[in-house]
Amino acid sequence: MSRRIHPAVVPAQPFQLTARETFDGPIFETEEGKHRLEAALSRYPTKQAALLPMLGFVQSVKGWIEPADMVEVAEALDLTPAYVHSIATFYTMYNKHPVGRHFVQVCTNISCHLNRAEEVLHRFLAETGTREGEVSADGEFTVIEAECLGACGFATVVQVNDRYLEDVTPDCVPEIVENLRGTRNGGPDAGGDA
Amino acid sequence: MSFPHGSDLETTTRLSRHQGEAEARTLEGWRARGGYEALRRSLDMSPAEITEVVKASGLRGRGGAGFPTGLKWSFMPKDDGKPHYLCCNADESEPGAFKDREVIRWTPHLLIEGCLIASRAIGAEHAYIYVRGEFFEETQVLNAAVVEAYENGLAGEGILGSSWSCDVTIHAGAGAYIAGEETGLMNSLMGNRAEPWAKPPFPAQAGAFGMPTTVNNVETLAAVPMILENGADWYRQWGSEESPGTKLWSCSGHLVRPGNYEFALGLPLSDIIFDACGGTPSGKPVKAVIPGGSSTAFLTGDELDCATTYEGLAEAGSALGTASPIVMDEDTDIVAAMRRIAQFYAHESCGQCVQCREGTSWVVRILQRIEAGDGRPADIDTLYELCEQMTGRTICVLADSVVFPLESSLDKFRADYEARMKPTLVAAG
Repeated sequence: MSRRIHPAVVPAQPFQLTARETFDGPIFETEEGKHRLEAALSRYPTKQAALLPMLGFVQSVKGWIEPADMVEVAEALDLTPAYVHSIATFYTMYNKHPVGRHFVQVCTNISCHLNRAEEVLHRFLAETGTREGEVSADGEFTVIEAECLGACGFATVVQVNDRYLEDVTPDCVPEIVENLRGTRNGGPDAGGDA
Repeated sequence: MSFPHGSDLETTTRLSRHQGEAEARTLEGWRARGGYEALRRSLDMSPAEITEVVKASGLRGRGGAGFPTGLKWSFMPKDDGKPHYLCCNADESEPGAFKDREVIRWTPHLLIEGCLIASRAIGAEHAYIYVRGEFFEETQVLNAAVVEAYENGLAGEGILGSSWSCDVTIHAGAGAYIAGEETGLMNSLMGNRAEPWAKPPFPAQAGAFGMPTTVNNVETLAAVPMILENGADWYRQWGSEESPGTKLWSCSGHLVRPGNYEFALGLPLSDIIFDACGGTPSGKPVKAVIPGGSSTAFLTGDELDCATTYEGLAEAGSALGTASPIVMDEDTDIVAAMRRIAQFYAHESCGQCVQCREGTSWVVRILQRIEAGDGRPADIDTLYELCEQMTGRTICVLADSVVFPLESSLDKFRADYEARMKPTLVAAG
């Protein structure tokens, strides 16, 4: 069995961190890429099991995953690009298109629905001047409707990049949007009762 | 933050007793609270002995199905020479449920200890904790605890100085409700689409990576250390013969005090809703409750005296599920609520089975037009027909999961649906 790397080196990536950086060359020839791949491979009995961790890694750096990245991941794991594409499109958290620096996901599932989630969603769209799923002209925001985020007792729940905002009401939205403008990735002052 | 709660109802906080204490997240703080003593004890026991204690305790799977945990463990082959795996299901994604999130973010070491004891019982060499990708902050907390466990000889090679070794790895999901189904979860862990597979093979025969595997929910595993420490009889002081112990309750919807609670199993559901959670913020009567997460059947406001046990809620015509009551007050639009629930299942259907892939989206389209006041006379009958066609015919129970709330809402709130039909068509129909 291959050497197992200490788990400290394979933390789950900040998935929705919309970093907008690019890889300096082929992904798995960069120091970080090599390290991440080796670490992930050491934790599973098959190469393929490193697929979700590697797609997550790519997204954590670039903020989204484009077809060329899928090819690189496929080559690193001895999979076909078509297979990797089928995985990347199955899971909703992989962004197949660029998103705004603040990726706002408003849960409208049942418990949030009962607590005015649709109004929260519409308020976010109005405040950011976007339609659902599009990137605002200044590149700051993308707002989408999300399925259950698993924090139903704190409805309405809004995920901004990696962070949950809880107990969001339509009235808090302007302040949240205002605070997000100009901050990097949410931030302690992003508003909401998290 | 949901803990501690002001509540008029007596809670029995055993599993959740250290939630809300920031120090409990660290190994030092966890040890000061007696952490890892149960693991130490388990090292002096044989796997069969550990399994026997859990069997005797009557602990049932807390992920929704309620399968007896000890029995599940006993299905794992012995001395077969193959690697065995434990998968901890931390994909919490049943609408209404948010209990596992609190276990992970407040007491990560409790979960790790439970995983290790379970791994010992089933002979697993590696425990994978599959956490839904959205739980990023929770994953960070858990990751820090796993690192601490490794650095202090509680995971990896030679645990607590013994000859026993077991790895622990956190695997982040990427957004798929169906990854919470056990075979879907294992497929996802292996780098596949999270599509469930038809059993057999059962996980204990050929699960993750083709090897014998047990999949247990977070809350189930978190209950194991206290059972091992205090014994099966201690655990059975709460609950009923068929539903022993305590249970976490995720309460949401129209409630004054929504949030997580822990109660001995068996309280009347009405006590939880009115005494613990304070009833509805509007002060209006409760119209409906979905007691066990969105894939369980509706109860009306008059059906809330049932006992909160697996058997009590089954007798009431619903299910305990994940113990996640979603409460709706008198003003709730049941058609809109049901449409929103159905939308979720249509979105999350993996698409393998026609009854589910087509059925869930047909249901949504019909409910949408009824909601818009454009319903057709045959729509209610068609919905019943779909319920029939979607029950028990698919690989997993995702299709059934929409039928439970749909059929019960049609039975119990038919007038709400009929009121939305075009008046002339209702008369004609």
